[in-house]
Amino acid sequence: MHAFLDQLANGIALGGIYALIALGYTMVYGIVELINFAHGDVYTLGSFFALAILSALGVSGELHGVALVVDITIAVVGAALLCGIVGVLIERLAYRRLRGAPRLAPLITAIGVSFVLENVMMIWKGPAPVSFPEVMPNPAFVLGPLTVSLKQLLVVGLALALMAALHTFVKTTALGRAMRATAQDRDAAQLMGIDINLTIALTFLIGSALAGAAGFVSGVYYGSTWFFNGFGAGLKAFTAAVLGGIGNIAGAMLGGFIIGIVEAFSTWLVGGQWSNVAVFAILIVVLVFKPSGLLGQAVTDKV
Amino acid sequence: MTRVQKLALLALCAVLLVWPAFGASDATVSVLADAGIFVVLALGLNVVVGFAGLLDLGYAAFFAIGAYTYGMLASPQFGLHLPFWVLLLVGGTLAALFGLLLGAPTLRLHGDYLAIVTLGFGEIVPQVFQNLTKWTGGPNGIGGLDFPSFFGGSFGLRALPYYYVTLAVIALTILGVRNLRASRLGRSWAAIREDELAARHMGIDTTRAKLSAFSIGASFSGVAGVIYAAKLSLVSPELFQFQVSVLIVSMLVLGGMGNIYGVIAGSLLLSLVNFVVLPQANGIASALHIHVDFGAYHFFLYGAILIGIMLFRPAGLFPDRRRKEELRPAAVVPEP
Repeated sequence: MHAFLDQLANGIALGGIYALIALGYTMVYGIVELINFAHGDVYTLGSFFALAILSALGVSGELHGVALVVDITIAVVGAALLCGIVGVLIERLAYRRLRGAPRLAPLITAIGVSFVLENVMMIWKGPAPVSFPEVMPNPAFVLGPLTVSLKQLLVVGLALALMAALHTFVKTTALGRAMRATAQDRDAAQLMGIDINLTIALTFLIGSALAGAAGFVSGVYYGSTWFFNGFGAGLKAFTAAVLGGIGNIAGAMLGGFIIGIVEAFSTWLVGGQWSNVAVFAILIVVLVFKPSGLLGQAVTDKV
Repeated sequence: MTRVQKLALLALCAVLLVWPAFGASDATVSVLADAGIFVVLALGLNVVVGFAGLLDLGYAAFFAIGAYTYGMLASPQFGLHLPFWVLLLVGGTLAALFGLLLGAPTLRLHGDYLAIVTLGFGEIVPQVFQNLTKWTGGPNGIGGLDFPSFFGGSFGLRALPYYYVTLAVIALTILGVRNLRASRLGRSWAAIREDELAARHMGIDTTRAKLSAFSIGASFSGVAGVIYAAKLSLVSPELFQFQVSVLIVSMLVLGGMGNIYGVIAGSLLLSLVNFVVLPQANGIASALHIHVDFGAYHFFLYGAILIGIMLFRPAGLFPDRRRKEELRPAAVVPEP
């Protein structure tokens, strides 16, 4: 029972990270119908930015009290902001010109951007894993049979807070409404006076910023990262987005948590080398029965 | 084809046949043979993506299945030593069967949902090969595979015989895909790609057509895998990662999907970049008196090349005429 609950807590924490990354995939897909392959690398870039910010702040070990809150806030906001800028630049340079092009053209440039980012990170921090300072103190909270570490609380708390903020933004603000309109019908939205370029850039900004925040929490949670980390994490996060129903924000969160829990339990029960197999096998099974994902709406063919 | 073009093609074939045997070093022939294997892969994937319009991001899985067929049935692993020529067929058939296996659950899926399932399949297959250590040698793979032989003469480690086998397979592949494209099946693929609903209403059995696309496409990859394994005399899971699937899709998109000769051009171009230009970038740069270590920038350059070509030729270098027609926006009908 203890082990089961431990794995559940671990899975939910992993799921929070995947969900944050998946949001970027699903938002970008919803608005420009592009599988943004570079998104996973933006997430790793987030870890690297956070690391750079922490070392600029002189943080090398455990933090307490006010310093903990202030430094973590600076690192999260900084990493998110820098990643957001990178995301906007990527859209401007590699995707915008291809908006009317055949569907696979931007997919190839996305792969190209991914290679470029990976190479840049490899040169920046080297090909070996980079360790993250242990910033979080390590008291565990014991609730009956369940033990939760402060790290896990940070991951899940931050993920849920950001998701709630995103949900409110998309549903209640004018810019959020512009995003939904653009996703629904770009031409009609433009005729209604929505600045399409601005809206799409904003989508990339928010999606990449969330990936940047995920990069920070994953660095804290795992204690290390490396330049190629985003490839596997990105693949799983995209799987999460599809599992939930791509283009659907709540679906991305649900998918992220499911993938995280499946990964934690398959690692525990049959070994880490089978976790990818389990994740993708579940994806295939779900899509066979729900071809548009768990929360996605069935799209009828336009005649 | 005009007369001049025919003559040029003949001359090219003659050069491809004769030059490696007499004028080229073993290393060069080896690169040519590898490039040839990727031509077969690109042509096979073109059947699935270019002809039938089904985006497959896990094509390397079938390549792996072909290669492991040879690795397990022609090596000391199980003490089985089946002949290469038989295994070419077995590998192709097995890959085709797995193509059906992948195709069946994906029939209801559209667009990118299909892409992600094929991607998942492409992740699962090498991982399974890596995990079943008892049968597949695990992460180390299987080494010391048999050398194929031809009328008693062993191929050995030289690249030349593999090159000629590859060349023959390319010729058969081109013949095959050209005929397929013009066949009843090929035309129903085009109809499905353009409008699946309309195709179904015209009486096309879309289930059968899509499954055939998956399995026929996969069979080419299986054959290529057998040759690749025999040439390397080794199989290991990391040869068939996602990057390989991506590389093959990039070849297609760069060359111009659907267009057989465009796809060949795209695959040769990327092989040239990957096997020749990037590994020798340092030499080229120092000849131009630029002193930068390009080894570290391999992927940067590769990515930049992909982005550059796509930005300037979004439909590929040699777009397929028929697909270009499809992509053109429909003419606006004026209101009466």
